[in-house]
Amino acid sequence: MTDWTDIGALTDIPERGARVVKTHLGCVAVFRTADDEVFAIDDACPHKGGPLSEGIVHGRSVTCPLHNMVLRLDSGVAQGADEGAVNTYPVRVEGGRIMLDTARLRRGQVA
Amino acid sequence: MTRNLIVIGAGMASGRMLEHLFETQPGAWNVTLFNAEPRGNYNRLMLSPVLSGDKTYAEIVTHDADWYKAHDVTCRFGEKVLRIDRDAQVVVGENGVVPYDRLVIATGSNPFMIPLPGHDLDGVIPYRDLDDTQTMMALGVRPGARAIVIGGGLLGLEAAAGMKAQGVDVTVIHVMGHLMERQLDEAAGYLLKNALEAKGITVLTGANSTEILGRDGRVCGLLLDDGSEIACDLLVMAVGIRPNVTLAKASGLAVGRGIHVDNAMVTSDAHVLALGECVEHQGAVFGLVAPLYDQAKVAADTLAGKPATFAPKEVATKLKVTGCNLFSAGDFAEGDGREDIVFRDPARGVYKRLVLEGPRLIGAVMYGDTADGAWFHGLIKDHSDVSDMRDTLIFGPTFQGGAPSDPLAAVAALPGDAEICGCNGICKSTIVDAINGGATTLSDVRAQTKASASCGTCTGLVEQVMALTLGDGFEVQTVKPMCPCTPLTHMDVRRLIKSRALKSMAAVMQECGWTTSCGCASCRPALNYYLLCDWPGEYQDDDQSRFVNERMHSNIQKDGTYSVVPRMWGGITTPDELRAIADAADKYAVQTVKVTGGQRIDLLGVKKQDLPDIWADLNAAGMVSGQAYAKGLRTVKTCVGTDHCRFGTQDSTGLGIRMEKALWGSWTPAKVKMAVSGCPRNCAESTCKDVGVICVDSGYVLHIGGAAGLHIQGTEVMCTVKTEDEVLEYTAAVVQLYREEAAYLERMYKWMDNVGLDHIVERVVTDADSRRALADRFHHAQTFMQQDPWAERTKASYRALYAPLADLTLEAAE
Ligand SMILES: Cc1cc2nc3c(=O)[nH]c(=O)nc-3n(C[C@H](O)[C@H](O)[C@H](O)COP(=O)(O)OP(=O)(O)OC[C@H]3O[C@@H](n4cnc5c(N)ncnc54)[C@H](O)[C@@H]3O)c2cc1C
Ligand code: SF4
Ligand code: FES
Repeated sequence: MTDWTDIGALTDIPERGARVVKTHLGCVAVFRTADDEVFAIDDACPHKGGPLSEGIVHGRSVTCPLHNMVLRLDSGVAQGADEGAVNTYPVRVEGGRIMLDTARLRRGQVA
Repeated sequence: MTRNLIVIGAGMASGRMLEHLFETQPGAWNVTLFNAEPRGNYNRLMLSPVLSGDKTYAEIVTHDADWYKAHDVTCRFGEKVLRIDRDAQVVVGENGVVPYDRLVIATGSNPFMIPLPGHDLDGVIPYRDLDDTQTMMALGVRPGARAIVIGGGLLGLEAAAGMKAQGVDVTVIHVMGHLMERQLDEAAGYLLKNALEAKGITVLTGANSTEILGRDGRVCGLLLDDGSEIACDLLVMAVGIRPNVTLAKASGLAVGRGIHVDNAMVTSDAHVLALGECVEHQGAVFGLVAPLYDQAKVAADTLAGKPATFAPKEVATKLKVTGCNLFSAGDFAEGDGREDIVFRDPARGVYKRLVLEGPRLIGAVMYGDTADGAWFHGLIKDHSDVSDMRDTLIFGPTFQGGAPSDPLAAVAALPGDAEICGCNGICKSTIVDAINGGATTLSDVRAQTKASASCGTCTGLVEQVMALTLGDGFEVQTVKPMCPCTPLTHMDVRRLIKSRALKSMAAVMQECGWTTSCGCASCRPALNYYLLCDWPGEYQDDDQSRFVNERMHSNIQKDGTYSVVPRMWGGITTPDELRAIADAADKYAVQTVKVTGGQRIDLLGVKKQDLPDIWADLNAAGMVSGQAYAKGLRTVKTCVGTDHCRFGTQDSTGLGIRMEKALWGSWTPAKVKMAVSGCPRNCAESTCKDVGVICVDSGYVLHIGGAAGLHIQGTEVMCTVKTEDEVLEYTAAVVQLYREEAAYLERMYKWMDNVGLDHIVERVVTDADSRRALADRFHHAQTFMQQDPWAERTKASYRALYAPLADLTLEAAE
């Protein structure tokens, strides 16, 4: 089941930046890359919970602001020598609006 | 039996469809062709060559009167269709009603006009048809005519280049950070901008229009949101197109962004087909002609009763502006399992980027040399397996075997007059001459040319010039590259930024041959600093290239909250300030209030969304950001000096305040801490600061290069001066020298270790001209830097960035 929710405009997120969406399961970081692609992942680094939404975005990766772990935005997987991964959520852009699949993020949907 | 076919719109898509139709079913249809434009089908793509004067209208006509006559087409050109009555199966034109058996809608698209104030003035036009083209050409006849083009995409740039060719003075206004952002990445956009500027076109990127200005009902200029005004006689808006669905929608056909069609190009009414830019097929709309030609074939087959299916293909873009060779096709975003191959040749202005996914090529962007574009496009469309030629793929179809990319290429590409050693003004050719004259070691070169004999930061570059000139006879010392994106060191890059006047991140990455398309988390913040330092007022600070603390203007804590530290000039505060701080601490439920080692107060545990409010409150009480997060001036610690202390020799507090007021706001390679002590008892701990002042009876002893962190190091004495004014001048000069010469994240003591105290004394103390020039450069930069970040970020436009984008916890539980 999917549940596409309009969470804002693409231009609400700075290029190569991120904003967060608050949910009952914690914050989700929604990223916009230099090529205007959008990705949604948990806003908590697998290392020590650093807020990934505050990291530097390069290509399709983000570098965690606390200790520089690099995670892929599309797969949520840590790069290089580091291990770890975060959840990713389906997200797409339609007519300039960002649609997030919130099916897994609603209250009571905890599997 | 011939049946009645009505076609609305005599454009490129319907024209191609009719050609197929007359070929496969000659005489089967009795065709009536409506066109709002007072002419038949011409090659719209070629309007740009008409505009630039390279072609005439007659040369771009696709179907002339004879052709329509030969195929018995009833032409109703210059007549707009007003209505479609699907129940009666008739079309209502301006000059009467015509019945149909089948109807084809091919109304193309409408240029989008931004509804800015003044968009309806005379002289504000789109770029879509021959009339627009002729309006622009007419402008070229007037000497000194000026035009503005809003929109730096394909159409806007072709309009700009065409008008420029007609002698018009053209400015392009583009809202995004680089040109043609939909087709090009930043690197290619940078090269394109250079090429257009070389043609004499002014290009403003990141520019927001607020109002079109008019006089007597006619456009006379444009106002930008930074308050600047640009005068013009004509304003062309080329910001995008919208499918023209008016007729279809009014007649009740299914319409989304465009007219919905199935794979056979049939609309929600079996008797009505649609094709071209007015349609939407599986969620996609169209803006280039290649897929429209495929649609035309399918529509003709459908009319002939033959099964046919439209399948969209990857399209490629080329810009039709002489001298700007660019090519873009497929998907060139980076991705998981995707690999980038980047090739740059700074000397020829070439940039190529291929994107591979597994064994296949899925995207290509090229600038400068697009000869292989068609070949790459073919590989993308055919989903060919390219694993066998992966290593040499980027060199194109003719290349066999190949050398790995050369780390010396960037230096090899430098012209002879490129300055290598900034201290002594030595250019590349002087070094090459010395080497050719017999110098074989670095010390020979130093002795003969003085290159790298002063601060030494250009040593890496000098060695590379030697390696290039001497070939295998010279071993370059292995130096640590700046990051995995480049073989150059921090110092090499800094030198090139200055000597080649590189003023944007894209410029640095291109001219220095970066191997990635947009850098990484190591080089982006460094480049942002270097550019900001070297081109004050010209380079636009890029927030997204800053580490979180500097971007948020607060220190992030381990639990994701932030700390807020107002500036207390020289460590002096007032009861009013303390009251305001206490009130803010209460109001925002601050977890901890801490007195810092830098003589100020830290409010810890502030939530991100509260930051703009707490800043606004502190601002209102007269306080500004203490920049406790910045690679910049942190604090100037002082003792009470002659004001209160019996040992005081000078007004140490007053001097500290003056220093802090002069130096705050400046960005430096790493943090800078200062202190002023009123006598050698040194109560303000001046001797472990980056810059420390110790007052004595006869004046002020200036210390530099101390540190008390992970590494503890006492300062060195730089000099002694007599007056407070001198303290300020010398301090500004030494900080500026540090700003200009150190590598990013290198503390002042580290830099001093590298360049030597002698070099610093020479530039700041002995050579008075050099000192004054440094101080002047520092103060010039400060005119752009001394803006309280809090005051800026409490404005509405910034506030949103501190709040969540959406809050799903607020929705009622299901
Ligand atoms: C300057 C310029 C340069 C371009 N360069 C390129 C390029 O290099 N490569 C590329 O692939 N594409 C390019 N394009 C885009 C390309 O021209 C279009 O994709 C193509 O022309 C669209 O064809 P169409 O038949 O859908 O619409 P059009 O060619 O626009 O034809 C639609 C016609 O329908 C008529 N019409 C609309 N409403 C009515 C009505 N109610 N009654 C009667 N008639 C009506 C219009 O007058 C118009 O003549 C360019 C476009 C422009 C303007
Ligand atoms: S440094 Fe000297 S002047 Fe300043 S407080 Fe200490 S003793 Fe007094
Ligand atoms: S919390 Fe992200 S790297 Fe440590």
